[in-house]
Amino acid sequence: MITETAAVRIRPLTGAPTRLLLPKEQYWEDLADYLPRGGYARTPDAEQIRELVRVANLRGRGGAGFPTAVKLASVAEAAGPRCVVANGEEGEPASIKDRYLLRRRPHLVLDGLLLAARAVNADHAYVYVSDDASAASMRVAIAQRRPSIPVRIVTVPAGYVAGEASAVVRAIDGGPAKPTAKPPHPYQQGVGGMPTLIQNVETLAHLALLVSHGAAAHLEHGTTECTGTFLLTLSRPGGPAILAEVPYGARLGDVVTEHLGPIEVSGVLMGGFAGGIFGPEALDLPLTHEDVRNAGGMLGCGAVILLGPEDCQVSAAADIAAYFDRENAGQCGACIKGTDAMARDLAALASGTAGPDDVARLERLSANLLRRGSCGLLDAACATAASLVRTNRPLVDAHLAAPCRRCADASSPPGETRFRINW
Amino acid sequence: MKIQVDSTKCQGYGLCEQIASALFVLDEFGYAATPGDGTVPPEQIEAAERAIAECPATAVRRVA
Repeated sequence: MITETAAVRIRPLTGAPTRLLLPKEQYWEDLADYLPRGGYARTPDAEQIRELVRVANLRGRGGAGFPTAVKLASVAEAAGPRCVVANGEEGEPASIKDRYLLRRRPHLVLDGLLLAARAVNADHAYVYVSDDASAASMRVAIAQRRPSIPVRIVTVPAGYVAGEASAVVRAIDGGPAKPTAKPPHPYQQGVGGMPTLIQNVETLAHLALLVSHGAAAHLEHGTTECTGTFLLTLSRPGGPAILAEVPYGARLGDVVTEHLGPIEVSGVLMGGFAGGIFGPEALDLPLTHEDVRNAGGMLGCGAVILLGPEDCQVSAAADIAAYFDRENAGQCGACIKGTDAMARDLAALASGTAGPDDVARLERLSANLLRRGSCGLLDAACATAASLVRTNRPLVDAHLAAPCRRCADASSPPGETRFRINW
Repeated sequence: MKIQVDSTKCQGYGLCEQIASALFVLDEFGYAATPGDGTVPPEQIEAAERAIAECPATAVRRVA
């Protein structure tokens, strides 16, 4: 687990003016710092903003990579009134990018949020977070800027599912931050029954940069399908963690070498806890949603965890499965039972006490429970188990034959995942 | 007609699967889901409506 602030390193894009990450010397971006960077400067109308987003082919940075232009159009075309939400509830334990933006660059986020509101003709906005530092930072920015529409900050307890779109709506409406069945989707019926645009804070940051610097600057980086840059949280269980702005399409191995040097990698967790566990061959993958999905994983919110020679993929899987067993919303039967069963079986595998029936159950559940929950958590648990039993069967069989020393040495803090970055 | 099982409500009674076995698949814990996208063939509409009415958890609903 990473707990020291010094173990987190911020790496802006080299050779570029300030984009998403501040120059290392700067700690908090005041209104007086943000304005000279082109902040809040232009006032395009709704159609101009939507056209800019279309031309830039901006996609969401919350994990799904959904085309932002389509989302904006859906909400704008629905009958009003409408509202917008900046989603900064960073449920993924190995991601810190949303917290960074909220705590260090609140004006960039606010600028993007107000532009999104204009793009869909919304008359009020929310900032949805799960930590007090982010809330405090945004509160100061809102007080400095005094936006023309009401912007309310909503703080909820942190959790893996708390940032899911329908959970966001439910929590803002006064309920628990837990998902509901869809349809209706938030863009149809969201907060207070209104069509609601929910965008990750990094997506809003990109929107602000699009307006202040233009589409061409955005399109200088990335690929045709995945344009621009994204914030990558790259970490190893014992530290360090790197927050870097990376062009889509960069090869993971190159990014690792650039920021961590020639380290030995025995496994990769792509998309934080949702993408499954890969072997070191994942270093050859270009970092785009399509390339990672075609390889059987997911890029998600850009959290990548590197396993070293002392880490065993089985104990990594057991740690993640235990996390899902604790963190699920406790609503859907298949998930409550499924995460419990998969956590037990993976724990048994890691402790050298598993039998063939346990492995058979892991194989069965990881395939049969897909899409049976109301959110992505059950699918993420299935992806973790599947990546082990289907793509690394020799490793699994070795754990049936004899206990694993690396698994025995691995320890997760009680009731917590060792992959969490506390920052 | 399209139906869906609201998994946040399903308690695993299994009545839906008894009433309309072609429209529901139970997982190994007994919780229900609709295969595919939940489209109901015309000859199954009556059974689907009964499943909606009979579920004690009101977990089966029409979505289209």
